[in-house]
Amino acid sequence: MWGMMMSTENQTFAEKLDLFGCIQCGRCTGGCPVTVRTNLNVRRFVYDAKNEEMLEELSKLAEIWDCTACHTCAVRCPKGLKPLEVLFGLRTLVVESGKTQPTVRDALESVFREGNPWEKPRATRYDWMEGLEVKIADPEQPVENLFFVCCTIAYDPRVQIVAKNLVKILNQAGVDYGFIGENESCCGSEVFALGEEGLFEMTVEDNTEFLNEFQARQLVTLSPHCFTTFRTRYPDLNKPVLHYTQLLDQLLQEGKISWNQDLPKKIVFHDPCYLGKQSLVFDEPRRLLKSIQGVELLEFDRSRERSLCCEGGGGKMWVESESKAQRLAETRIKDAKEMGAEIVAVACPFCVLTLEDAMKALGYEEEMRVAEITELLGELLA
Amino acid sequence: MTEKPKLGVYICHCGINIASTVDVEAVTEFAKGLPNVIVARNYAYMCSDPGQLLIKNDIKEEGVNRVVVASCSPRMHEPTFRKALQEAGLNPFFLEMANIREHCSWVHGDREEATAKARRLVAAAVAKVRQLEPLEEREVDAEPAALVIGGGIAGIQAALDIADAGFKVYLVEKTPSVGGRMAQLDKTFPTLDCSACILTPKMVDTASHPNIQLMTYSEVEEVSGYIGNFDVKVRKKARYVDFDKCTGCGECAAACRMANRIPNEFDAGMGKRSAIYLPFPQAVPAKYTIDPENCLYLTRGKCGKGPKCAEVCRAGAINFEQQDEIVEFKVGAIVVATGFDVFEARKKPEYGYADYPNVITGLEMERLVSASGPTGGQIKIKVEDEEIVPKEIAFIQCVGSRDKSVGNEYCSRVCCMYTAKQAHLVKDKIPDANVRVYYMDVRAFGKGFEEFYDRVRREGIHYIRGNPSEIFKRGSKLVIKVEDTLTATPMEDEVDLVVLAVGLEPRQDVRKIIDLLRLSQSPDLFFLEAHPKLRPVDTATDGVFLAGCCQGPKDIPDTVAQAKGAASSAMIPLARGKVKIGAQVATVNENTCRGCGFCVEICPYSAIELVAVNRFGHPVQVARVNEALCKGCGSCSAGCLSDSIQPKSFRDRQILPQIAALGVMR
Repeated sequence: MWGMMMSTENQTFAEKLDLFGCIQCGRCTGGCPVTVRTNLNVRRFVYDAKNEEMLEELSKLAEIWDCTACHTCAVRCPKGLKPLEVLFGLRTLVVESGKTQPTVRDALESVFREGNPWEKPRATRYDWMEGLEVKIADPEQPVENLFFVCCTIAYDPRVQIVAKNLVKILNQAGVDYGFIGENESCCGSEVFALGEEGLFEMTVEDNTEFLNEFQARQLVTLSPHCFTTFRTRYPDLNKPVLHYTQLLDQLLQEGKISWNQDLPKKIVFHDPCYLGKQSLVFDEPRRLLKSIQGVELLEFDRSRERSLCCEGGGGKMWVESESKAQRLAETRIKDAKEMGAEIVAVACPFCVLTLEDAMKALGYEEEMRVAEITELLGELLA
Repeated sequence: MTEKPKLGVYICHCGINIASTVDVEAVTEFAKGLPNVIVARNYAYMCSDPGQLLIKNDIKEEGVNRVVVASCSPRMHEPTFRKALQEAGLNPFFLEMANIREHCSWVHGDREEATAKARRLVAAAVAKVRQLEPLEEREVDAEPAALVIGGGIAGIQAALDIADAGFKVYLVEKTPSVGGRMAQLDKTFPTLDCSACILTPKMVDTASHPNIQLMTYSEVEEVSGYIGNFDVKVRKKARYVDFDKCTGCGECAAACRMANRIPNEFDAGMGKRSAIYLPFPQAVPAKYTIDPENCLYLTRGKCGKGPKCAEVCRAGAINFEQQDEIVEFKVGAIVVATGFDVFEARKKPEYGYADYPNVITGLEMERLVSASGPTGGQIKIKVEDEEIVPKEIAFIQCVGSRDKSVGNEYCSRVCCMYTAKQAHLVKDKIPDANVRVYYMDVRAFGKGFEEFYDRVRREGIHYIRGNPSEIFKRGSKLVIKVEDTLTATPMEDEVDLVVLAVGLEPRQDVRKIIDLLRLSQSPDLFFLEAHPKLRPVDTATDGVFLAGCCQGPKDIPDTVAQAKGAASSAMIPLARGKVKIGAQVATVNENTCRGCGFCVEICPYSAIELVAVNRFGHPVQVARVNEALCKGCGSCSAGCLSDSIQPKSFRDRQILPQIAALGVMR
């Protein structure tokens, strides 16, 4: 009896996700941002998935791929459930059966082979460093801040600037830091969301062992996705995890960084789901923006805990959206335009890509700009 | 004590609670073989009359002089069996219980192992009972007076009942008036009678009752002593108004330079008051108070050319020199009726309470519909600086209740009905309003509640099953993001006004009362009663009783019922005029005590003090126990460096053989 109680192997799908704890209040679906453009009703999935025999059928529904992993359903659930994980569990069934979309399959395979979902060779992971003076961490040497660069930032030419500018800021501030180098591997955030359970478990195990070897006081992440994933899904990680905005804010308070130029612009900050809602980091990025002379910081009506998802997460980078309805990123850009914002500032590589895409689609390129915070800060350095 | 121990051992089946898991026959046979046991029996229900008769008969006829009952936890039936021993002429403390239910049959599945454990527990009890000594319970006089803390409906009712029975009552209220939350309410569900109309007569009674000493704007500072003999210290805060001179005319408030500038607590912050104020028109006592945090003269030392209030007061009642006053008195019992705070809606930022003025709480709605409220009972809101009558109105239930995400797992029990009532009142005042209630379950459990819920729905209030997730703004409208779960339709509902049915929480300063009276909290953080079913108004501190929402969310009928219960329990020691003191208290061997005072420090009940004694001509200090205060917890004994202080019935020579018999020590 003891053995049975200890084992998690024998838990059913419903037990593992505590589906019997659900009271069908509807807060999950009520809060779900994508309901305005897709048929996804996550509450129905929680209800139906209690029946083990229906899982197979449920996994065939296209909506399970509409979830962006913003976690609003989990944050709002009054009973502590994580409704979105029902969808991930159903995705697992699809992934295990081998019937995934080719884009998803390729991204997962790329994580397995090259440590990134972008089908790029591991050897080129740190090509972005070229021409920069970057300190690389040595596992044998103690270091204050160990930097973890997200796969997207490392490979995507649009957002490599985040890492580049951060290096410049760190060098100028005289911070004790080290980057990991080409042995760095994907944190697994999107692997988890795409339902590749086995690969995610392996990723967590390997990364934990690898990162624990470094004698660093803290791990600093560039992407909120890595940040939240390390914080919440790596139980055995031996160091505290920060988002870079927290570290820069700290440096700012200590007077170790300052900006040489003004930026007389109206800026609105878009809270990334993985930084705000899921990790409650709201004030640090705002303080960084406010520290710039000339900035007039605006606020979305839907900000902080009520921020609207940009639809970049949950593996959506590799899943085509069927809906013809207005994208949430476009809603967001329109709201920003309406309030007269000249810059939409973000602190997440996915948000940069989705929001900028929406801005271009709406034809606002001339009068508006989407920028990662480090992009702005880097431009203000001497 | 020279009498040879003759033991009777009684194994209870507790129906099948014990007998289905423990082989009671085998345990009985085993007990028969234990030292000094002359009789061992088992029976279906030892606590029943025939069960007790078995014990009594054996005492009388077989000469049994020590009793072991192997049954349930002593918390429940130790008093039952002690009484049985006493009735048979035996000292009631010659009893030891072996708990083979909670500690054995209920927590084990394997019959053989459970039976083996039951044997050991019985053997341990036998080993101890042989060493027990006869004890006597003593009695001390009880002060025929009570303290009631909190002047809401619970405290008012408890105070009136105790006072009507002829005992002196000290009613202490923190704010300047009695009345509490009930005074803030407009109508009461489900009967819709006016809250103030039924409450104010009782408020007035508390001030005029010859047996009640009403102390408003006062706080209990210190309580020491024990049931029957509590010493109480109360701080009467300076009102800066001479209580006897003030006529309550109100000219001071009208003249105050801060008039209409300070958020009025009574109106849940919606209306404004002066720095000198009467919390609400029907306040009892009808005496003005100066709020020291907002009075210009008290905060800055200057109020124009001179304080306006003093200038206009014809009674000459303003007195800025007034000081707090400490009042001390003695009572035999205490009723705690400190009430509740409403859930802080800001803790659910997704509802935008902090961002949107037209998202209000249920308590604010009470003031908005009340004739004595800030709008004189008219439901008006501001939209873009324009005052309008809202036409699209939504109520959201369970805000801060049944919600792990804010740490409140409990149901607040009143929100379903107060929402139904408010929805009815809104519809009554704005007949063409479109009123909907977003709910997840409607709990209409009380007398007349379901009937009221039926009535309200038929009046055209739409009940939509879905708990909203978010509120944001679109133009001049508030948008509620919600799913109608019955049709599985996600919606964005545009409304003018949102009322959050905020739940009930313990008072924010609950810690003060806990420290004052050594109370405990249940997992919901409300005060913990002594037993959830059978001692619902008692606490772990003898002589301290609970009434109203400080013990858990309650509606008015339940609060009044509990207040009457607490009053009646509090009156037991007052009416008897005497209280029993526990016999199983700590005792000091003054010959070996070194007077180090370690036990004095350790004792959580302040029951031990050091006294000077003469030891062979030498003055030395030794510990002495105030038996009325001692709870027999044994902390002193565990800490004593010379084994000089030990609780009776739990002396080393009594518990060490017991532990040894369990066979778990080497």
